[in-house]
Formats: sequence, C-alpha cells, structure tokens
Amino acid sequence: MAVKEFDKPELKEFSTIPKLVEEATSHLAPFKSNEEFQQSLGYPGELVENWQDKALDKMGELLKKYRSLRVYMDSCIQCGACTDKCHYYLGTKDPHNMPVGRQNLMRGVYRKHFTLPGKYFPKLVGAVDLTREVLDDWYSYYHQCSQCRRCAVFCPIGIDTAEISMAAREIMDSVGVGQKYCNEIIGKVHKIGNNLGLPEPALADTLEGLEEDVLDDIGIDVKFPLDQKDSEVLLVTPSADFFAEPHVDGLIGYAKVFHQAGISWTLSSHASEAANFGMFIGSYDNMKKLALRIREAAIKLNVKRIVFGECGHAWRVAYSFLNTLAGPFDFLDPRYPVPQHICEITYDLMNKNVLTFDKSANDDKIITFHDSCNVARASNMGDVIGGQFTIPRDIIKATTNKFFDMEEDTIKEKTYCCGGGGGLLTDDLIELRMKGAQPRMEALKRVVEDHGVTHMAAICAICKSQFSKAFQYYGFELDQIISLHQLVGNALIMNKKEL
Amino acid sequence: MSFVTIFYGISFYVATLILFIGLAYRVYEYATIPAPLKIPTPPAPKTKKGVAVRLIREVVFFESLFAATKWTWLFGWLFHFALLLAAFRHLRYFTDPVWFWVSWEVVQAAGHYAGYVMVFGLLGLLGRRIFVDRVRYISNPSDYLMLLLIILIALSGLAMKWVHTDIYAVKQFFIGLMYFQWAELPSDFVLLLHLTLVLVLMIIFPYSKLLHAPGLFFSPTRNQTDTARDSRHIADWAKKMETRE
Ligand code: SF4
Ligand code: SF4
Repeated sequence: MAVKEFDKPELKEFSTIPKLVEEATSHLAPFKSNEEFQQSLGYPGELVENWQDKALDKMGELLKKYRSLRVYMDSCIQCGACTDKCHYYLGTKDPHNMPVGRQNLMRGVYRKHFTLPGKYFPKLVGAVDLTREVLDDWYSYYHQCSQCRRCAVFCPIGIDTAEISMAAREIMDSVGVGQKYCNEIIGKVHKIGNNLGLPEPALADTLEGLEEDVLDDIGIDVKFPLDQKDSEVLLVTPSADFFAEPHVDGLIGYAKVFHQAGISWTLSSHASEAANFGMFIGSYDNMKKLALRIREAAIKLNVKRIVFGECGHAWRVAYSFLNTLAGPFDFLDPRYPVPQHICEITYDLMNKNVLTFDKSANDDKIITFHDSCNVARASNMGDVIGGQFTIPRDIIKATTNKFFDMEEDTIKEKTYCCGGGGGLLTDDLIELRMKGAQPRMEALKRVVEDHGVTHMAAICAICKSQFSKAFQYYGFELDQIISLHQLVGNALIMNKKEL
Repeated sequence: MSFVTIFYGISFYVATLILFIGLAYRVYEYATIPAPLKIPTPPAPKTKKGVAVRLIREVVFFESLFAATKWTWLFGWLFHFALLLAAFRHLRYFTDPVWFWVSWEVVQAAGHYAGYVMVFGLLGLLGRRIFVDRVRYISNPSDYLMLLLIILIALSGLAMKWVHTDIYAVKQFFIGLMYFQWAELPSDFVLLLHLTLVLVLMIIFPYSKLLHAPGLFFSPTRNQTDTARDSRHIADWAKKMETRE
C-alpha cells in the first residue's frame, strides 16, 4: 500500500526537545481490523450501535478490574515531567504523543463520566464527552504508543501510559474498533500457533534447512529439533527467528549453545510463537489463551524447563505474567525458574565454563547494545536487580573485544524504544515508526562517530525488524543490527560431540 | 455566638468530614481494586522491605521526578517540604497543651520562613505552566486555579504576620471545635480569607488531582515486588477464568 510522503527527521548532534506542533500526526492511524479477525477474537465485527454506552460500560468495568487504570486516571498532577520522555513525541512533535497528552485523551472522558467535578464543571477540568471525534483520536493516538513504559520510569507517581493504552485498545475492541495488524496475528496464533501462520510441515522444513546450513558452515551436525518428546528444554521463540534476518542467526546461536552444553531441547509446533500480542490489545483473555498454548506444549512434550528466545514483549509476558496466566508450573524441574531467558542459560553456562569463546571471531565488529524496552523496563533476568542490563552486556563482553555503550540516559531503564513495539510494527504506520526511531538513531550515531561502532546487538524480534528498516532510512546499513546470540554463535568454540 | 463563628464552625465540620470520609473512601477503592499483573518498573525491589524503601525515597526525595526534570523537581520539592514545615508550625493551633517540639523556636521559625519558600516553589511551578509550551498545553483552568489557591493560602497566612490577628482566639476557636465547646472566631478579613481558602482546599482534595498523594502508595509500578516467577499473582476476577483444577 502507498504511504504518504513525510518529512525525514534530521539526526542531530545533541538531542533536543522540540517545540510542539499540534495535530502533527493526527493523520496517522493503523488499518482497522475487519469483521473476520474481530470475531475470531470474540469482538464485534464493526462499530456497534450505542457504542458510547457500551464503551463507557467497558471503561467502568476496567476501572474496577485494574487498579493501575483507576489510580492513574485520578493521580496525574499534570506536572509535565513526562512530556519530553516519549520517543514518539520527540520524533513527531505532536502534543498528544506526550505521555500525559496521550493519557488525557482518556482522562477527559473519565472525568466527564466518572467524577463529580467533570460532570458539573467540565470546562474547568478538561472533561469531554466520548464523541466520534474523541474515539477517532483514541484510535489514532493509542496506536501511536508502543507501550514501552519510558514515561512510567520518570513520572513522580509512576503513571504508566502503557496501562492506559492497553485499556483504550481493549475498550475500542469491545465496541468493534480493532487494529488489523494485532488482531489478525492473534487470530493466527489461536488457529495455528505462531504469528506468521507457519504450519507444522513448513516449520519442520525450515528447521531442516537450517541444520543443513549449519552443517555446511561449520561441519557440525547441530540439531534444530521440533516436537521432540522428553527433551530437557522447550524453547519458545518469536517466529521471526525461523527465517528473518538477522533473527535467524540468533536461533542458530541458541542451537549451538544447547548443542555445546549437551542440553536436549525442542521447539513446539503447537507453541511456535513467543510473542504474545494479547498484551498489546490489553486483553487478559486473549493473552491467557495464548500463554496456555505454551503450558499445553510443555505438558505434551514432557519437558523439564521452558526457555524463551530473544524477544522483548515476549519476555515481558513470559517473565512477568506467564506464571500468573498459565501457572503453576509445578510439573517442571523445580531447580529452575519458569520460564528462563536464553541469555540466562548462556550466561550460566559461560560462568560454569561449559561454554568457551574465541572473541576474535567477532573482531570485525565494534558492538553497542540496545536495551529493548520490555526487557529493560518490564522484566528481569538472573534474579538480581538490574540483571536484565548486566547479563546481556556480560555475554557481549565475553564474546567480543570491542563494546561501547550508548549515552547513559538512552540505555538501561531509560532506554528508548525502537519505535516499532506494542503492536505498531506494521507498514501502515511506517511514518510513525521512522519518526519514533529518531532518538535511538541519534544516540547510535553518536557512538558510531565517537567509537566507530559498527553493529548494534539486540534481544528482541520487533527491535531487529524495526531497526532493519530504520537503519536504512537513516543512512546506516541494514545488516548493522544483529542478534545477541549471533555474537555467541560466532565466538562459541564448538567441539564435535554428538548429543 | 456571631454569625461568622457559626458559619466557619459548621463549615470546618463539613469540610473535615468531606476530606476524611472522601479520602478514606478513595483509599478503600484503591485498596480493593486488584492489580492483576506484576508491572513494577526497574529497579524493582524483590522484597516488601525494598518496596517500603523505594516508596520512602519517592515520597521524601521525589526520586523519579529528579531524574525527569530538575526545575520541576526543585520547585515541587521545595513547595512540598515547605508545606510540611508550615504544617508543623500550625500544630500549635490544634494541640493543647502545645506538643513540646511544636513550641520549639526552630520549628516555629522554620514554619514561618517555609511560607516564603512555598510561595517561591509555587510561583516556579506556575511559571513552568505558563512558559514551557508542553506544560502549557496540558494545563487546564483547574491546574492554574489549584496553584493560585495554594499561593493565596500561603500569602494570606504570611500576611497575618503583619496585620494584627488575635491568634490566641483563633486557637480557642479550633480547640473549641475539636472538643465541642465552641469559642468565638475573630472576624479579621485576612484570617477569614485564609480559612476560606483552606476550606476550599479541604473540600476539593478527594475530588481532584490532589489524590496523587494517596495515589503514589497504590501505584503498581512503584509498590509491587519483582517476584513474578516465584509466585502466582492472580486477581479474584482472573481466578474465575481458570478452567483447569
Ligand atoms: S509525569 Fe506523571 S504526573 Fe506528571 S504529567 Fe506526566 S503522567 Fe502526569
Ligand atoms: S509507554 Fe512509551 S510510547 Fe507510550 S507514551 Fe509512554 S513513552 Fe510513549
């Protein structure tokens, strides 16, 4: 489809806070979901009659189900501390993309319909009715939030705009206004098991091809098992890992790690997707259904541990929600946390000297690391505070000689989203995605200029796909974004032993 | 008993009821609405004690705000800290005999100078609302009025240092209200202005953004422990969706 031309942001030496431009991206909104996708998720196919009442009912329901939503609607002081913290504001200059601006789209309706001052003095407190225009604004701007939670880190009250975006999307879905990209994908996972709609035979084929490639490459028969019962580990990884570049090099890296450590592992055709898009649309119900597929696969394959591949939002749902949604996992080996991240596995084996590396294998690269928002701000690794920051970096330092971090206020818990998270990685939002990538690109440009950085490693499928596009757009090379486990795979010293 | 005394006496009873019942009800609501998922932001503590420390740091130092913007932090923190000192000074009107530490010279003097600091902080915050385009964009009339209200409370309070007010009688009035033995309230203009504005503040508290005070303690991003893998964190409504036993 054609996307309208838009002005290309210039990467600046020092990032500045832009002056706001009203309505700068009010024209942006993703394609709407059609009837078929809506209904497969249990939502009405089109905007229902008396949608206002239904939407307000839904909002009332969510306000009673989610403390976050209720407290955050009430507690914002409109202090403005978050206004310059969103990459979408910095990239688009649209004031509705300031986190508080985004929240206020819902807060206005909340005040009008759920508070006394809003009911009696709407003008005074900015209360508004839920009109068609407001609904359109919701659809537009709640799909210009990647739910990255950067704003939540800086807010004095901890107000998390992602919670509000999720609620807004859930409310819109419930009256028949859904987003095509997310809902189509969720439908595919319910039906087939992964975001790509890749059925079992195709998956088996792909994995076989990978085995051949690796054998050709290093002369070792590294396996990529599928549906192998009684394996030690069930690996759940984003489906992009099966074929997209640079994702697939990450998958090869995981396979080498398992091979070298002698850990038997398997993928599952039933749970062949780590990403859980149910979170993006704020649907506990859908999120739970998707999570249960992983539980079912683990039971069916009789594995002892569940390990997740490199994927940010997937890891958030896995680390923070899986136990709640699909637990208890008392049938797994109690010596390991459920689930584990592939980085935790590699890190652990590396510290036990099960894995040894030849760093010089990566000497053609100077690396920086992009903290994916959902790993950085919504999960952890290794059960130590800050493990999600140190473990990937320690792995990089163990597998390469040259590593430089980007500026302090663009990494770790202050990391910028890639610009494509939260269900926005779709071509109909390309303008938003490219503009939202700007703050990260500026930080990258600085380490490229100062330290000659050649590659950025990431541990998220969305980041990798998004950066492949954004890099080209901003004048870097497509292949400068790599999987962290590609570095691991390159540097790992393999000896020829059979499983 | 003068009309002024009766009017303010009743008003303070009503406002106090609205403030406390309203706040108690909000806290009850916040406490009983479940947080169905673990969503703490980093660095997320692993223990309840860690959460307590985190919240104390937020309340005492405004740590997140400090990371976000130094100016808002400076003005906001000065205002809140000064408000606390001023509140200490005011305790002498509500305790009989006055609590020993409240009568300390340093507490009383700090409480007085805090009035000026409050005004300074509030003017800073007002300035940001007016001059920073992003903050101006999000500001509703109520946001300006709220600042003006508190500025006027502080100024009218400070003014009583210069216009004579019988503070002994004021104290008798409040103690009288507390023990249901009413005493006359002096009807000085500045005093009545000060008290009227305070009444307004008390009444709007449970219905306004001043709810950020209890809100912070119930904010799941700040008050949750990071223990998602160790134990299930399931809300009652979510339990009903469990199909397997
Ligand atoms: S930082 Fe928090 S309280 Fe301040 S305006 Fe933003 S959301 Fe509201
Ligand atoms: S969650 Fe991220 S994308 Fe959404 S408003 Fe906050 S900073 Fe912006």
